Amino acid sequence: METEINTSVGESARAWSGGSALASDARPKRERVVPYQRLADEDRGTGGESLADFLGFFSIGLGLAQVLAPKGMSKLCGVADADGNARLMRFMGLREISHGIAILSRQQPEKAVWSRVAGDTLDLAMLGKTFANPENNRAMTLFATANVLAVTALDVSCAKQLSKQPRTIANEGADEGIIRTKRSITIQKPVEEVYAFWRDFQNLPQFMIHLESVTVTGQNRSHWKAKAPAGKSVEWDATMTEDRPNELISWRSDEDAPVYNAGSVHFRRAPGNRGTEVRVELEYDPPFGKLGSKVAMLFREEPGQQVQDDLRHLKQVMETGDIVVSDATKDRGPHPAQPDGHGVTL
Amino acid sequence: MKATCWMAPRKMEVKEVPDPQILSQGDCIVKITSTAICGSDLHLYNGFLPMMEPGDIMGHEFMGEVVEVGRNVKNLKVGDRVVVPFPIACGHCEACEAGLFSVCENSNPNAWVAEKMLGHTAAGIFGYSHLTGGYAGGQAEYARVPFADVGPLKVPEGMTDDQALFLSDILPTGYMGAEMCGIKPGDTVAVWGCGPVGQFAIASAYLLGAEKVIGIDRFPYRLQMAREKAGAVTVNYEEVDSVIDVLKDLTAGRGPDHCIDAVGVEGHTHGVQYLHDRTKQMMRMQTDRPIALREAIMACKSGGTVSVIGVYTGLIDKFPMNAVMNRSLTIRTGQCHVQRYMKPLLEHIQEGRIDPTFVITHHMPLSEAARGYEIFNDKVDNCEKIVLRA
Repeated sequence: METEINTSVGESARAWSGGSALASDARPKRERVVPYQRLADEDRGTGGESLADFLGFFSIGLGLAQVLAPKGMSKLCGVADADGNARLMRFMGLREISHGIAILSRQQPEKAVWSRVAGDTLDLAMLGKTFANPENNRAMTLFATANVLAVTALDVSCAKQLSKQPRTIANEGADEGIIRTKRSITIQKPVEEVYAFWRDFQNLPQFMIHLESVTVTGQNRSHWKAKAPAGKSVEWDATMTEDRPNELISWRSDEDAPVYNAGSVHFRRAPGNRGTEVRVELEYDPPFGKLGSKVAMLFREEPGQQVQDDLRHLKQVMETGDIVVSDATKDRGPHPAQPDGHGVTL
Repeated sequence: MKATCWMAPRKMEVKEVPDPQILSQGDCIVKITSTAICGSDLHLYNGFLPMMEPGDIMGHEFMGEVVEVGRNVKNLKVGDRVVVPFPIACGHCEACEAGLFSVCENSNPNAWVAEKMLGHTAAGIFGYSHLTGGYAGGQAEYARVPFADVGPLKVPEGMTDDQALFLSDILPTGYMGAEMCGIKPGDTVAVWGCGPVGQFAIASAYLLGAEKVIGIDRFPYRLQMAREKAGAVTVNYEEVDSVIDVLKDLTAGRGPDHCIDAVGVEGHTHGVQYLHDRTKQMMRMQTDRPIALREAIMACKSGGTVSVIGVYTGLIDKFPMNAVMNRSLTIRTGQCHVQRYMKPLLEHIQEGRIDPTFVITHHMPLSEAARGYEIFNDKVDNCEKIVLRA
């Protein structure tokens, strides 16, 4: 089923939205009311993410200083009775750290950054109170206030920037740890041929190197088996949710799948006899959510890169009949083209 | 089998390694009879190319006899004598179909790394780092050749190894350098670098109708070869104050209509500019020394072509873009699309219009490859081109 979405982005953008498998209401156990949803061609943000990250780290750094050295920080704010102020300063430090964690742990840190703005207001109010007491070092207080005002300005501009960010179907669900990726490639073959190859799901393991097998079990049903770490494998059943010949195929794992995943692939004739444009969107729920995917990225199993590699393999299989290997890439890992001690298995 | 292995910068060793095997049914295995050390191998030898690993098998200029073919190979059979082009190309992607074999979209299995460094990937190359795929090279007794139906060219009977070997790289590379200039009758062409590729660029420029070709180098024996064998007017840049002034003089102020950079990353000049570039390179502030390229741009006549066939490996500094832009220069460049030129150049050789053997100064057995690298790199013993017999 196709979700009806009103969009100002226009037909071209809609054409590349996911198939029904990717529609938010089709996602199992993840009912969520999205206040508005806009489809955009780009799944990129509008900027502001790197500033948000900076503010996140800044929060944690400032918070740690407040917690670990509350008296010194009180003096910096011009507070005369630094000893008496230590507890309050520590508490404010913990609050500061919580802002930082909230910003850094979210794919869409918009609300977390607004929470920093609220925190800034609180800070400014307390600095005002400090300034009102003539016993305090007012010059220091003024200096601290100027600094907080500067950071507040940054916070507000960052939060505003993030608020402009379109909630694309690409980043929707990201906060719950769902990984979504879009990749594409052009293949020098007619669209009919590329579609037919993909439509026969049993071909998928030929170019998706993590798949062991896909067995077609019914009209729209298939059984998937994939390699998992430590020589294990993971299996699930999937349903093809949409099939428009030479245009679109969508699929989604069943509710009891150990790893929720869904995907769609669009086929379009490339301009000027350049073959077929293949665009894949994939989403899945990696073990341990966003943290898990961050760890996986360290080992170059970042989903986008994997999808890109698999698409390249598809191009090689379609254009040349085989995945292209060199002596050094035949066995992954250290380079077995070499004679010395690298376990040559040519 | 024996193979020439890169062990560390300036350290090559001929070692015993496992024989190659058919990995894909479009492959063939070639028993190598002749192979050569290329000037671009020296960039690897000197450690200017990233992603070399100790033990990598060198060599991308080789020929020999087909001893094994995969099931899907149609154009070759066991016993065929072939010369193998250095870029590995699938023959079916958009680039290959357009004749741009050296930017084949499929043949670099490490494309994802190349994309990060180059924006897009280029073709895989034999024995030329893992950035170009990690393919074992041909300075060995055997080599696995992927896409056997696309690359290797059968060598006609009666043609010697020495005549055919350079179809693998340097002859087509020099020819493409001249062809990219779009030479018209009356044109003067200047070629920086009188190594083997420069010699062939000079010869090809004449073949394509140039009136006068000027060769620039600093080694008297190379300049002598350019004069006597390729027919060039020569300039020893160490003996003149300004190459650009000499070129103006030789062309009555016009400047060469076209300039070919057959030097690349390890350019050299006398004076402060060289020290500046060399220091920055050593400090990793730039990876390449674009000395010949800068000079070619400054020397070239307005509206002319600067054709770059010297190899560049990274970033360059102080690129005179104002000269390029304000004087309507055209820069053309590329790793040679060898597959495109092999047959026509084979005919040129057969018809006697070009004899590529003139660049050969040394024959050596494969087992002496390490010494070959030394003398070629140090330009001793009047070394121009070394052919290794396996």
